[in-house]
Amino acid sequence: MIKRRGWSWFWFFLGALYFLVPLLGTFLFSLRGKRGALSFFAYSRVFADSQFLQTFSFSFKMALLTIVAGIALTLPTMIWVHLRLPKAKPILEACSLLPFVIPPIVLVFGLIRIYSGPPFALASSPLLLVAGYIVLSFPYIYRAIDAGLRSMDLRGLTEAAHSLGAGWGTILFRIVLPNMRVSLLSAVFLTFSIVIGELTLAVMLAWPAFGPYMALMGRDLAYEPAALAILSFLLTWGLIGLIQFASRGITGHSTGLGGTH
Amino acid sequence: MDSIPVCNGKARASRLPAFGPWLGLLPFLLFALAFMLLPCGSILVGSFQDASGHFTFANIAHLGRASILSSFLVTIEVSAVTALGGTVLGFLLAYAITLGKLPKELRSMLLTFSGVASNFAGVPLAFAFIATMGRMGMVTFVLKSVFGINLYEAGFNLYSFWGLCLTYLYFQLPLMVLIITPSLDGARREWREASESLGASAFQYWRHVALPILMPSLLSSMILLFGNAFGAYATAYALTGGLLNLVPILIGAQIQGDVLHDPNLGYALALGMVAVMVLCIVAYQLLQRRSSRWIA
Repeated sequence: MIKRRGWSWFWFFLGALYFLVPLLGTFLFSLRGKRGALSFFAYSRVFADSQFLQTFSFSFKMALLTIVAGIALTLPTMIWVHLRLPKAKPILEACSLLPFVIPPIVLVFGLIRIYSGPPFALASSPLLLVAGYIVLSFPYIYRAIDAGLRSMDLRGLTEAAHSLGAGWGTILFRIVLPNMRVSLLSAVFLTFSIVIGELTLAVMLAWPAFGPYMALMGRDLAYEPAALAILSFLLTWGLIGLIQFASRGITGHSTGLGGTH
Repeated sequence: MDSIPVCNGKARASRLPAFGPWLGLLPFLLFALAFMLLPCGSILVGSFQDASGHFTFANIAHLGRASILSSFLVTIEVSAVTALGGTVLGFLLAYAITLGKLPKELRSMLLTFSGVASNFAGVPLAFAFIATMGRMGMVTFVLKSVFGINLYEAGFNLYSFWGLCLTYLYFQLPLMVLIITPSLDGARREWREASESLGASAFQYWRHVALPILMPSLLSSMILLFGNAFGAYATAYALTGGLLNLVPILIGAQIQGDVLHDPNLGYALALGMVAVMVLCIVAYQLLQRRSSRWIA
């Protein structure tokens, strides 16, 4: 028994070492922006860069649009399928697997081929970028909403509300949404964390987004990228932390796995 | 799974035409058609067209070129190495926090961290490894100045195959921990007790009971990790700046600057990627069905 637990400690420490050393190393590296002393100089240079704010707020807006449009598209569809059309569920399921089968680089290639010329010249509109982001985040939105719908008696609740004279708007906004707060929150934060630093779609569709900005910084500078990495890690930590905080105490509610790499 | 009979809908359904309920699905179907199916379809069609739009097998045949085959091979190797490494190490880590009797706090710490780390990828991840293991990175620096070990003279290079693998492992390993922990929670203690009471050694328990049961979950997780690395673009782009000849990098270069001078060959490359991913997802689904027989 003792021996077995010794091995557990060994693997745990090895894993912890691998996980923590790059973070610690990056943090220390980011502090060396000024010669001869440790300082937050690189961070202040990042924040002072007007491009940083511009690209970040662009990606922020895209993330908000993706979240709103993605949920507005997915939630009513899934409620409808759940109540009226259970046999269409495999279609949604298949669509949620599609982004795995089509890597972002292939998706954007196809989008450009179709939408760069007439009859649908969308490539210069942020709509295409948002549509692409909805596709990328669809598996996460789908899984989160699915978990939410499973965890409540949607049919019973809607029937009760109907019999009390509620319309579909009331049902959606006063019954379904409040019951799905946690799942929707995790969909929101996951989508945000996917979109905010996304590179592939943004760079190929030539948008001044945060991902391409970071990549550009990495080409020319040394310490600022390290600072950006630390900031991104803190942001990701904050978002995942919010999801886990929101879903605390709910068993079987898994947070999303993996983003776009 | 959701075979709840439609009881309330029946009265309404009889009033609506048979396709009535499908109308509610229309917005989503249109979106899926426009932004999921059409892009795939156009890649498929483009792979079988020449520059002037005539049907040809030439693009597919060109996938057999030595340079393209080698870039598929490198991409598959990176994905396989990091999937295997992630699976083995992730399994050991997950084992340590589930059946390995480590304190409960460590379990929740590792799971929380894995949730973050599996989402921490792309450009910032590449930066973190450059700052740590790059030529001027902290670990490289400390090893050289304190221990006298020069990593780069010893043959290590972050911007090479193994450097990329080391970096990918940072999102592969936590992903594995998150996927496999529930399966290990499902590996019931009674199995171990039953086999021990029948006189099985620890080795026999693993060889004949635990591993056969866990094998489908392990394999399906490995496939998921493989696909995860195979489609990755951002991390490789930011790390190697396109020096390593991965298929996603090649496609990216094709989109941006027409390096192959042949967009149709680009579509064929993309089709090749999708074909590999489809194989993955089919194998994954088959294995999932097997593993759900034992582990709910």
